[in-house]
Amino acid sequence: MIPAQFDYAAPTSVEEALALLAEHGDEAKVIAGGQSLLPVLRMRLNAPGIVVDLGRIEGLSGVRDDGDVLTVGAMTTHAEMLGNPLVAEHAALVTKAVHHLADAQIRHRGTFGGALAHADPAGDMGAPALALDAEFVIAGQSGVRTVPASDFFVDLFETAIGEDELLVGVRLPKHTGWGAHYEKFVRVAHQWPIVAVAATVKAEGGTITEARVGLTNMGSTPLRATAVEQALTGQPATEETVRAAAASAADGTAPPSDLNGDSDYRRHLATVLTRRAVLAAAGG
Amino acid sequence: MTRINLTVDGAKVSDDVEPRTLLVHYLRETLGKTGTVVGCDTSNCGACTVHLDGKSVKSCNVLAVQADGADVTTIEGLAQDGELHPVQAAFHECHALQCGYCTPGMIMQSVDLLKDNPNPSEDEIRVGLEGNLCRCTGYHNIVRAVQTAAAGASEGGQA
Amino acid sequence: MTVTEDRPAAAGPAGEIGRDRRRKEDQRLITGRTRWTDNITLPGMLHMAMVRSPFAHAKIVSIDKSEAEAAPNVVGVFTGADLGESQGVLINAWPITPEQVAPVHLPMPADRVSFAGEIVAVVVARTAAEARDAAELVDVDYEELPAALDLKENAEDKVLAHPDLGTNKSALWVFDSAEAGTGGDVEEAITKARADGVVVEREFRQQRLIPAFMEPRSVVVDPTGEQNTMWSATQVPHILRFALAATTGVPESKIRVIAPDVGGGFGGKLQVTPEEWLTWCLARRIGKPVKYTETRSESLMAAHHGRDQWQKLTLAAEKDGTVTGLKVELLADLGSHVAVVGGGVPVLGAFMFNAIYKFPAYHFACQTVLSNKAWTDAYRGAGRPEATFGIERMMTELADVLGVDPLEVREKNWIKHDEFPFTTVAGLEYDSGNYEAATEKAKASFGYDELRAEQQRRRDAGDPVQLGIGVSTFTEMCGLAPSRVLGSLDYGAGGWEHASVRMLATGTVEIVTGASAHGQGHETAFSQIVADRLGVPFENVEVLHGDTQIAHKGLDTYGSRSLVVGGEALVKAADKVIEKAKPVAAHMLEASVDDIEFSAGTFTVRGTDQGVGIGDIAGAVFAAHDLPDGMEPSLDSEATYDPINFNYPHGTHLCAVEVDTETGQVQMRKYTCVDDIGNVINPLIVAGQVHGGLVQGIAQALFEEAVHDESGTLVSASFVDYLVPTAADLISFDVEHNTTPSLTNTLGTKGVGEAGTIASTPAVVNAVVDALRPFGVDDVVMPCTPERVWKAVHAKDGAAADGADPTTGAAAAHFDTQDTADRSAGQEGAGE
Repeated sequence: MIPAQFDYAAPTSVEEALALLAEHGDEAKVIAGGQSLLPVLRMRLNAPGIVVDLGRIEGLSGVRDDGDVLTVGAMTTHAEMLGNPLVAEHAALVTKAVHHLADAQIRHRGTFGGALAHADPAGDMGAPALALDAEFVIAGQSGVRTVPASDFFVDLFETAIGEDELLVGVRLPKHTGWGAHYEKFVRVAHQWPIVAVAATVKAEGGTITEARVGLTNMGSTPLRATAVEQALTGQPATEETVRAAAASAADGTAPPSDLNGDSDYRRHLATVLTRRAVLAAAGG
Repeated sequence: MTRINLTVDGAKVSDDVEPRTLLVHYLRETLGKTGTVVGCDTSNCGACTVHLDGKSVKSCNVLAVQADGADVTTIEGLAQDGELHPVQAAFHECHALQCGYCTPGMIMQSVDLLKDNPNPSEDEIRVGLEGNLCRCTGYHNIVRAVQTAAAGASEGGQA
Repeated sequence: MTVTEDRPAAAGPAGEIGRDRRRKEDQRLITGRTRWTDNITLPGMLHMAMVRSPFAHAKIVSIDKSEAEAAPNVVGVFTGADLGESQGVLINAWPITPEQVAPVHLPMPADRVSFAGEIVAVVVARTAAEARDAAELVDVDYEELPAALDLKENAEDKVLAHPDLGTNKSALWVFDSAEAGTGGDVEEAITKARADGVVVEREFRQQRLIPAFMEPRSVVVDPTGEQNTMWSATQVPHILRFALAATTGVPESKIRVIAPDVGGGFGGKLQVTPEEWLTWCLARRIGKPVKYTETRSESLMAAHHGRDQWQKLTLAAEKDGTVTGLKVELLADLGSHVAVVGGGVPVLGAFMFNAIYKFPAYHFACQTVLSNKAWTDAYRGAGRPEATFGIERMMTELADVLGVDPLEVREKNWIKHDEFPFTTVAGLEYDSGNYEAATEKAKASFGYDELRAEQQRRRDAGDPVQLGIGVSTFTEMCGLAPSRVLGSLDYGAGGWEHASVRMLATGTVEIVTGASAHGQGHETAFSQIVADRLGVPFENVEVLHGDTQIAHKGLDTYGSRSLVVGGEALVKAADKVIEKAKPVAAHMLEASVDDIEFSAGTFTVRGTDQGVGIGDIAGAVFAAHDLPDGMEPSLDSEATYDPINFNYPHGTHLCAVEVDTETGQVQMRKYTCVDDIGNVINPLIVAGQVHGGLVQGIAQALFEEAVHDESGTLVSASFVDYLVPTAADLISFDVEHNTTPSLTNTLGTKGVGEAGTIASTPAVVNAVVDALRPFGVDDVVMPCTPERVWKAVHAKDGAAADGADPTTGAAAAHFDTQDTADRSAGQEGAGE
């Protein structure tokens, strides 16, 4: 319950933070909201030499309308995302998913960037970000680079962010007018999802013209159900067609087995939840 | 050690803390705010919930240094001038506590919930309290208490 | 039947009994002005941290303390070898047979650990953080031994939990109605039923549970002063004091135990624990106050667990549904050591498998078995939930076999209301009850017939969401316990309770109870009883408890005993006050004692309007200026009450669940219970007890399980993986009562603390199974997880039917120490 000793730095600029990361290398741990990091430190599963707190850096928070995309500051809290009208209008899938993320207290502290950088495959932000083709804005000593979502999630708790880099923002391409739904399956409310499905679809006259489906906790990273997306395109949004498309939701996945279910059960769940998520997204 | 300055239940405090000090430990051990308690080590139980700059947080999941400059309200700062907060009064009225260990966190989260949603449905109350565990009450009377506090507030508003 | 006077107990003049008084306890709890053990800070106090074994079974080869000892502000590092016999030993108060096999239980072993989580070294330092830091530096070299982890295999001694004992089998406890003369021969009944009746045979798993009280255990010991003081988050300060004296050699009179505000127990805090013994030992050894507060993970790992049985049940019946015999064969996992109640827990169930039914023949055999898991002991209900689950599942299965409604087969067999008192096949005398009335009321409130109709519609329509209705008509024995009964069962103590009533000079009243509360609301309910009895204002009664210096005598709180045993002691003490006051009243009123009547706080002379209040008498006795000759100037009285019988709350619980057959998800739809707990002192408190009890029982049915991996590590060792349900996972309950007063105590009350838990588990599982009957399902192993339910539905389609034991092979915690540490090493990411 008491973390091991660490040094602490609260830089006031991204440059200062990057310099600290460069100086301390793998001894440094970045803290944003801290809602995933602090449990790990309290249980002494990790003992960094120094914790670099991004909380005092101005300008890393908020949602900006940048034309075709929304630019979300990495330090924007989940609660801010939940209540943000721009996100609700142009990236409704995030609004739907963040509503289910952890609990109200955690959403007050936890950040959009932090959750994505933590890259827990059971985290609720990865699948929506992947489904929306988010771009990750990563700052390093040599400048800022942008990584597409498809390259961002590397493995369990591992992303494209380098040891001396910081995630400073996430660009969400606008999906204005798309229906969205996040179908999360848990045994009790305070659990990480056993499986969750993030679906957003564009429908015209009852026909799905485009679909994006992301899967939570179906592998070591968030995954896209591309086979489902393809099967849905151009199809009427009926129970029957969606059921048929959703049957391939678990294709190519490697879900874990744990206390809450084995991998076969998760594969099955993915098909049911995908059907439900897509139908809900198409319906409303 | 890092110097922090904050306001806790209306009083300004200033201390040197180890960076690893959790806000809950700072409140309990340095300030003697033992009304706020620790119930778990994974941030599931919510017993340690306080308000940080007006928003509910789990104080086990915040470093004291992160709270530097902030305004913290604990269960001990909720009653004003000897008057119970309406949510405290409703918990008493509805028998929404037994052993009372989860109660500080449950009350602080309920206050936050009603601030965001003054007239919640039963489902909204239940989901709004999903970050707080209680082992005694089965939540039945906690839900009643939040409903009672909400009803009292809306009556008060009309009066 | 106990009758002390002829006025009705349930409607005293002050009208306190039966009133929904808001709790006196609340003010401090809702404002944070609490006194939990962990809040206690004493000058110069030191802190302890434990080094715990990661292995379920291992030899301790060596322990290198040097680095830890050199760490900042470390006062000492101690191992089992260092402390030896000075630690004392932990006791089992109930050897269930004279031959019971039990390993010696040192708080900290020196040579071998027998469960993952056992303490191997203790660090004492000036701060809790420094103690924890140093604990990480203690280097223990283990030689891992094969671990005894599977209950059935352990009963066959395949791997020995304690090789020196030569067996895992601790005790075999048998009751047979033919031998006891309380009924017929069960084998005959089964043989006959096989020939021309019905035999239902089932095997059920009672999964391992963790009490998971919200306040982690904490202990502070102050070794200064004439009496050494221990504060502990315990349900049992008196038993703790007794056990400390009995096993550490410190005279009982030199020990003071205080249970301050205690944050829940549910049986989980009736233990006497290694942590308490080590804190006691080291504070005394070092000579300074020492505190130990466990983390939640430590609590889940090392505080005692509950349940954990295999139940093999055979029910014989005639074709019309009349049960002719029940045979119960249990295996019960004791864990690594025989805990304070230990094997007594399943034995408490021996008297309850026959439940509310008139079974003519009954056989019960329980084999207790040692293992390399955490020790097991009482968890809310203790033995009775297991029994109730077993029989209520069996009665439902019998109904299914016969093709009749589950309530019909119950009614055919239950004791009718005009048959009380009724001596059961297990040898208990049930004093009162009305199963018909409770059931009728429950059916009406629940809308039983309407829900059955909806169920049929859903079945006919092939709705992917099926409706299930579960029934549980439970009873329990509570109010532990008549001392003679405990003696006959070889329990190490009695079952009485003590109370005293002190009349203060200013007219207020202090009452002292040996029943130490930890959230139940004793301060309120006991105030109501005494206010009513003495006719004094509720506000003028103060309840003192939980400190052996104040409440010197008591047997504490468990087994739904506080009201029915502790409350009765209070009634008797209060009645003694009245009797003592009568001569004073007579003297003051210049009348004969025989003419004095007492009602509503006033003593009057029969046939006159002359009277004097009890407060005035208290003042007169305090002054003692003018008392009857020879009278002792005190009204204070005490009483120690030993119950003459248990009491037998009962009720009908009806549960409806919706089962999503596509995912296996079970949603509570409706829950109605009509409980008969006799006369009610405070309906508000009673409802709270029922609500909380229901949820713990529901949680066993649907959510909670202590799961170990193949090496014996507890996987569900945090609240991430031990699934205590939240408000969002539950519904509101329909809680009602039917009342037949108990005849075994003055107030006519029955216990309520465990009723909800005992009743609800089978109601929920019966509902889940009921929903799945069309799929050919006749059981789902607890907890009925979505995965298990889904696999049960699809077993015919080739999905692997779930084995009864938890998913040990695939078990992995979200916070898996080793794994996550590895995962995190290469990770730069910030927190969420």
